[in-house]
Amino acid sequence: MLKIWSMKQQQAQAENAESAAGNKKKKVTAAQLRVQRDLQELTLGNTMKMSFPNPDDILNFTLSIEPDEGMYKGGVFNFNFTVNQNFPHDPPKVKCTQKIYHPNIDLDGNVCLNILREDWKPVLNLNAVIVGMQFLFLEPNASDPLNKEAADDLRNNREAFKRNVRSSMAGGAVRGETFERVLR
Amino acid sequence: MHHSTASQHDRWKHLYKVMSKPGPHCDEDWTPGSAIIDMLESTKVLGAGGLGCEILKNLALSGFKDIHVIDMDTIDISNLNRQFLFRQSDIGKPKAEVAAAFVEKRVKGVRITPFVGKIQDKDEDFYMQFKIIICGLDSIEARRWINATLIGMVDPENQESLKPLVDGGTEGFKGQARVILPTLTSCIECQLDMHAPRPAVPLCTIATIPRQPQHCIEWAHQIAWQDKRKDDPFDSDNMEHISWVYHAALERAQHFHIAGVTFQMTQGVVKNIIPAIASTNAVIAASTTSEVLKIATGCNPYLNNYMMYAGEEGVYTYTFEAEKKSDCPVCGNLARKMDIDPDMTLGEFIESLGERAEAQLKKPSMRTEEKTLYQRFPPQLEEHTRPNLRLKLRDLVEDGEEIAVSDPAYTIDFRYRLVFK
Repeated sequence: MLKIWSMKQQQAQAENAESAAGNKKKKVTAAQLRVQRDLQELTLGNTMKMSFPNPDDILNFTLSIEPDEGMYKGGVFNFNFTVNQNFPHDPPKVKCTQKIYHPNIDLDGNVCLNILREDWKPVLNLNAVIVGMQFLFLEPNASDPLNKEAADDLRNNREAFKRNVRSSMAGGAVRGETFERVLR
Repeated sequence: MHHSTASQHDRWKHLYKVMSKPGPHCDEDWTPGSAIIDMLESTKVLGAGGLGCEILKNLALSGFKDIHVIDMDTIDISNLNRQFLFRQSDIGKPKAEVAAAFVEKRVKGVRITPFVGKIQDKDEDFYMQFKIIICGLDSIEARRWINATLIGMVDPENQESLKPLVDGGTEGFKGQARVILPTLTSCIECQLDMHAPRPAVPLCTIATIPRQPQHCIEWAHQIAWQDKRKDDPFDSDNMEHISWVYHAALERAQHFHIAGVTFQMTQGVVKNIIPAIASTNAVIAASTTSEVLKIATGCNPYLNNYMMYAGEEGVYTYTFEAEKKSDCPVCGNLARKMDIDPDMTLGEFIESLGERAEAQLKKPSMRTEEKTLYQRFPPQLEEHTRPNLRLKLRDLVEDGEEIAVSDPAYTIDFRYRLVFK
């Protein structure tokens, strides 16, 4: 098949990139490399913490958000991040580990955030995602709901919605649904 | 019997001519003859994506006998005008399977193996079995994926790991064909800047003085709908919605004396569809498959490395060599060999990186495929990896293992293969 391989060998010699004899070593994947870079460029501030169950696996981690203002102030919200090997072509998968009352997060923990779905672009980074997550707690959004009841409450009666948020965060029930206690 | 052999020979007569005589452009070392034809027939090629019908037909008629095809789509009625391997009764069936069966039946002796699914569902082991990959994919994402995968597969130890990628794409009357030799030539990622995003018409043009029928449709879609039917989310699959937009656009066009708003155009604009043109697909598929033939047999020089085609007004092609981008995140990022003293600690090694002329990395984070060696941020990882700084390199990495280094001062990352002194 032509001289493609001899071209490759010439290039290798020129760059001194020839391989040591022996077994093929695993390469750092593009996803790992990108996450390594993204992590370095995060701005967590005082309201966010990350933890890594396995520090050697940077593709799976937990983010805790503790809003210091807004309706969800005083709570601690935990999210599992799963980054696949196709990152950054695919967005990270984000799931809330607690059952919470929020118009954009359903009772199973699925999160509705535009940049995690239709608006994801490979130029976006993990920082954009965590800023977006933080924003969900400052400005819950009723126009694109995952928890329709919570969204209706927010739209129809903001004060009642706030009361529901407080009682759900304390582990109370809203409309017959019991929520997890998430207060610090 | 004799008759069928003769007609078989007739079918390949022109191909045999090219393969059995040297031409003015073929390489000096190239020996024409039956060995080349045998090689062609045994070359395993993979075709992926939307230009499938054309590519499959061309490969089969170029003498390839072991063709694999991967496509996730099913046949839609709107495909039938140009995807000539499909019939009305095939609607709803997977394209790969129907196309494979059709071509196998029509071209005797060809074996076509279909896979119904996304190219991303397959792993390196799958792609490793082919000699050449030919793609007519319909998205930039899929192109980037196959590009990065093929580049990642290149192993300097194994020449079989370098798979030429021939990529074709069309949009309306325009198209392109390119040949990529992973890690050797400019790759799809290097060339991404060339795909300028479709220019958006400024909202002010749409809102004030439309000049084209499309502007009127955009106005009806974006402005009139918001005005009149705010609470009714627009659905581009709802015929009543399209029809409403069409009539609103038509009215506006008449007001501004603009002709040309049609229902079909309305549908195209709001769904952001650029019509696929059968002749463009045929031209691009022909170009890409002849590149595959040339690469596989060596009978003629192959495209170096980009051919653009414009068929809107007349027929125009231009060929040029796209250059490799040295800071390409995919192919500009191959591991460099670095000789190190394995008894050095990781901390000393990081300090030495700061002194190297080409790197001067001041705040690097680094890892191997398996291990996070040192990560400066976030704090929990930093604490966890800090003890590694005192460990010797021989306890952290294997001889010849690759590490990847990022530093906030640089937009690119570095890969080194650490070889013990």
